[in-house]
Amino acid sequence: MLHMLKQIAVTGIKTETPPIADEALRASAQRLERAMLAKLGRALVIRQVDAGSCNGCELEIHALCNPYYNLEALGIRFAASPKHADMLLVTGPVTKNMETALKRAWECTPAPKLVVAVGDCGSGCGNSSAIFGESYASSGRVSNVIPVDVAIPGCPPTPLALMQGILTAIDGQAKG
Amino acid sequence: MQLIDQTLDQPLEFEKLPGGLATFRARTDSAGLLAFAAHAKSIGGRFVALWGSDERDRQAGFALHVAFALAEGLALVSLPLPAENPDYPDLAGIFPAANRQQRATFDLLGIRAIGTDCDNRPWLRHANWPADFFPLRRDADASRQFPPQPEDYPFVRVEGDGVHEIPVGPIHAGIIEPGHFRFSIVGERVMRLEQRLGWVHKGIEKRFESLKLHEGYRLAGRISGDSTVTYAWAYCQAAESLSGCAVPLRAQWLRALFLERERVGNHLGDLGYLGNDAALAFGLAQFMRLKEDWLRLNATLFGHRFMMDAIVPGGVSVDLPVGGGETLLAQCSAIEREVRVLKNIYDDHAGLQDRFLTTGRLLPKIASELSVSGLAGRASSQVWDLRQQNPLPPYDMLDVRVATHRNGDVAARVTLRFEEIAESLRLIRDIVAAMPAGELRATLPPAANGAFGVGWIEGWRGDVLVALEADGAGGIRRCHPHDPSWQIWPALEHAIMGNIVPDFPLINKSFNLSYSGVDL
Repeated sequence: MLHMLKQIAVTGIKTETPPIADEALRASAQRLERAMLAKLGRALVIRQVDAGSCNGCELEIHALCNPYYNLEALGIRFAASPKHADMLLVTGPVTKNMETALKRAWECTPAPKLVVAVGDCGSGCGNSSAIFGESYASSGRVSNVIPVDVAIPGCPPTPLALMQGILTAIDGQAKG
Repeated sequence: MQLIDQTLDQPLEFEKLPGGLATFRARTDSAGLLAFAAHAKSIGGRFVALWGSDERDRQAGFALHVAFALAEGLALVSLPLPAENPDYPDLAGIFPAANRQQRATFDLLGIRAIGTDCDNRPWLRHANWPADFFPLRRDADASRQFPPQPEDYPFVRVEGDGVHEIPVGPIHAGIIEPGHFRFSIVGERVMRLEQRLGWVHKGIEKRFESLKLHEGYRLAGRISGDSTVTYAWAYCQAAESLSGCAVPLRAQWLRALFLERERVGNHLGDLGYLGNDAALAFGLAQFMRLKEDWLRLNATLFGHRFMMDAIVPGGVSVDLPVGGGETLLAQCSAIEREVRVLKNIYDDHAGLQDRFLTTGRLLPKIASELSVSGLAGRASSQVWDLRQQNPLPPYDMLDVRVATHRNGDVAARVTLRFEEIAESLRLIRDIVAAMPAGELRATLPPAANGAFGVGWIEGWRGDVLVALEADGAGGIRRCHPHDPSWQIWPALEHAIMGNIVPDFPLINKSFNLSYSGVDL
């Protein structure tokens, strides 16, 4: 126990300043009312759905919870069920085999709900957006299957880019 | 040449494949394949991979390809099949690891394993494309889209008093890839786990066939993002072998540097999550901090946190900047010091050790039966490590010390990760010290139609194989990537038996297998 306490003390606080929202990432107009956003603050519950990714994006979403980015300190956390979520954070090209599951998760998420598409292949933007293509096995970008509010390019997007995209989705300053 | 086949009635004539690896290829018939498989098993060989190809445009029907790991190297046996009724004998009776790969091969190509008790349930096809559509046939139009259909998959039912089922997935509770797990339990105890994967099947093998040889490395690097360096190297090794490309010395050493950095990064993250899954959040915070430091230096020195696209056909796309060697060495020392402190904390933590020890045991006998390799294999006495046993330069000069344990429990897989981090840090120091100056990249020469090569690289999870054939016009005729998770997923079904349901996340994490790498 002593060693653990010593290690915690030696490590100190590592958390860095979060990025600010970027309207360029917005794929469709802010659908949440300003009054609701003001009430919500940044309290947000996310259900992450891997709809076909290579797992690279998942590595960076995991990193959001490390002490440097410390997403939970902003009031944002991940939930196990879409029924508890305000936002779906969706990665990957949507595979045919995951299309039904993704639609069900979206239907289970209570309205008003936000969808953030993650990664070049999920968002359909960036150098690797066509890496897997659309085929018998892949429906391509997330917006081909469910409506998307914010798209975060990157292969994979860095944790900072992910944070910026998530914060953009709940930014109350935006016109909508 | 002949390989280990003195006792066979019909010895196979193997030819050495091009490239620096010990890889051999032979053609045979059904009886020859069965005899060779049985013999390979009897001398301690391991089943590596099984795939098929469409040769009808060459008036040669189809072909089945099976790769075995032997002491001599990789033995690849090909079996020609007729265009009508392309059946071959079920190999799962000899090597159970063949089961899922045979089913996947049927789903994609329509060549079928035949035998008594042969499991012919679909694997990758979830009723979302028609049963008579085989995407890997050369005349199949990959762009065709079909409406998704509901599927009733015949899971094996466990009968008895008090048995009930827990279905989990495809979407799991955490930030994890999708898969379906069907637990049959009595009380809290798991009687049986049956996995159904294939959810993230993206059509990668078909996609390769639309790419040029020199551009396939980018797709290869996105088969399993956590192993992007491993896959890119395996792909490039295959492309360089079949085209006779000599990789510059400095590029070879940089590749090894990237591979060891990928190993350390993944092990650091896993050690954090293993602590977390045993309720030690302190471990997650500490190890994820170290992993973040590690990834940030990747971005600083090599331009990408996971070094995606750093390995390219003919060499590497990025050099170690001036002064980068000192930075790497300083980080090795810092990480080594911190990991040592954390290892002592893990070792002394009674609650943690209570959860780790004897949990999720994969017995050496079962690991051997299931052809398990990689980290999971080494934690269960299966001493396979290509870096030592079939080394590509510069590993032939690095004298890798392979860590191994025989308990096969979560604790063994945790300890192995600690030991492999220490060894990789040592290797990184040796690589930085010995790295020669010189060119970074050679041009990939043109390859003839049918030119064939393999790449076989020991990634952090285990050995990744890429088999690659050129089409003679600069393109890819066929590419089959193989992830070690194919063999380890069924081993997880065994390791969970008799454990309690709440220990499943911990046991699963201790293997940390790829879904995307096997779903393709």
